[in-house]
Amino acid sequence: MDRRRFLAGTATAIGAIVVLPLGTASATPEAMAGAIRKVVGASQVREGRVSLDLPPLVENGSTVPLVVSVESPMREADYIKAIHVFNEKNPQPNVFTARLGPRNGRAVVGTRIKLGDSQKIVAIAETSGGQFWSASADVIVTLAACLDEAT
Amino acid sequence: MIARHFGIGLAIVFIASYALAQGMADKGGTDKRRSGTQDMGGVLQKMQDDDTANPGMLFVQLGGELWGKASGASGKSCADCHGSVASMKGVAARYPAIPKGADAPVDLEGRIDLCRTANQRAGSLTSESRELLALTAYVAHQSRGFPITPPDDPRLAPFRARGEKLWQARQGQLNLSCAICHDDNAGKKLAGVTIPEAHPTGYPIYRLEWQTLGSLKRRLRNCLAGIRAEPYAYDAPEYVMLDLFLMDRARGMMLESPGVRP
Amino acid sequence: MANVLVNAPKTAKRGSIVEIKALILHPMETGFRPGPNGRIIPRNIIERFTATWNGTEIFDMEMSPAIAANPFVSFFAVASESGTVGLRWTGDEGFVVEERVAIAVE
Repeated sequence: MDRRRFLAGTATAIGAIVVLPLGTASATPEAMAGAIRKVVGASQVREGRVSLDLPPLVENGSTVPLVVSVESPMREADYIKAIHVFNEKNPQPNVFTARLGPRNGRAVVGTRIKLGDSQKIVAIAETSGGQFWSASADVIVTLAACLDEAT
Repeated sequence: MIARHFGIGLAIVFIASYALAQGMADKGGTDKRRSGTQDMGGVLQKMQDDDTANPGMLFVQLGGELWGKASGASGKSCADCHGSVASMKGVAARYPAIPKGADAPVDLEGRIDLCRTANQRAGSLTSESRELLALTAYVAHQSRGFPITPPDDPRLAPFRARGEKLWQARQGQLNLSCAICHDDNAGKKLAGVTIPEAHPTGYPIYRLEWQTLGSLKRRLRNCLAGIRAEPYAYDAPEYVMLDLFLMDRARGMMLESPGVRP
Repeated sequence: MANVLVNAPKTAKRGSIVEIKALILHPMETGFRPGPNGRIIPRNIIERFTATWNGTEIFDMEMSPAIAANPFVSFFAVASESGTVGLRWTGDEGFVVEERVAIAVE
């Protein structure tokens, strides 16, 4: 990407953030902000209720354990219906979208992700009432000294 | 901000690994040797220790299926001769060894392949093939928690001595020996990573960098490429010699197969 | 060769919340990596993981290339009645794997 296109993109992202009060997304690159906007629409994203458990220092970015937990009664009247995870530096901003309901009992999802570089990860939970809550984490990916060059 | 997080992260990693080292040292008395497991963060240690989370267990399970599957002209499975895999307890802790009637040692993979070609009369399994890794992992898993106990066979000594020589020899464009990193500088950092003491306690290992299971041979090949040396051919005896030396160097340490490593 | 490792309790108290963990052998090739010949290796990922309890969907996950190889997923479920938890992975190149585990609720 050349500098001009980068600047133009940044300007678009900043413009969008001014229009849509995205809260936590304000410091993220355009692609992640765009992906988040697609999910939350014009809704406000508030920080809180979500906890994002990731090692702060990752020994190898190819397999990074991650657990997202959301405070919720998980009853018919009030539950978490989706958990979305985004990253800012991988080739694509979406990591996963999990859909849940009262039958899960707990709004907790664990998996393992790939991180191409040190970056910010954002988790957004969507409640049955249409609210969005979020958490973010900065992850440092250390580089291995002797990479597998044979394969 | 990031620098601060990094500093805190490093401090946590340092304190954690120091505490762990102390714990292990107390447990093992005067033994100061460290398995690669002790140089990993808690997250990866947990991944290794939890059989429902350790990806290496996928291969162990696959090995279990292959164990019971008839193969080759004999029409026999591993189980037909060996019965339950429990008969393999402690076996991985004793390899490399010299098979009956042979005059040179083979590693565990080599022994499994020998059984396959000579007894099952099936085709040889390729190095690093999923089948060979799975069977090796299935057998090695039986020795988890067993101390490494190289066989008391004087015929192994010359092979082991050649392995030690290879370990000490400078090679490659970087002109480094295995020993310079893993004896002289183990525990220090190379880039962001702690240089391990290189004890073969977890093989075959699920290495995150590989995103799959791999053998000690593959790991040695990586190291050789790392020092810009040309790896020996896949069927070269040098790997078995290094394996012999390393298993002797790790004598008494516990096997952890299938290990998880970054 | 599909290979799956599922961990779920065999028995559970009615109304309790149980954890279900699943690992599956899969390369999760991103579609962004060049191969040895310099050409991009085509994407080959699991796109979706779905869990059902006695046929009713209880959990669903849309995966991206950012999910690590040999995907691991853990989630929770309310042990409402005895039955079968069905897990299903689908993805590129017609990949479909199904696995079932029984849970007795008392």
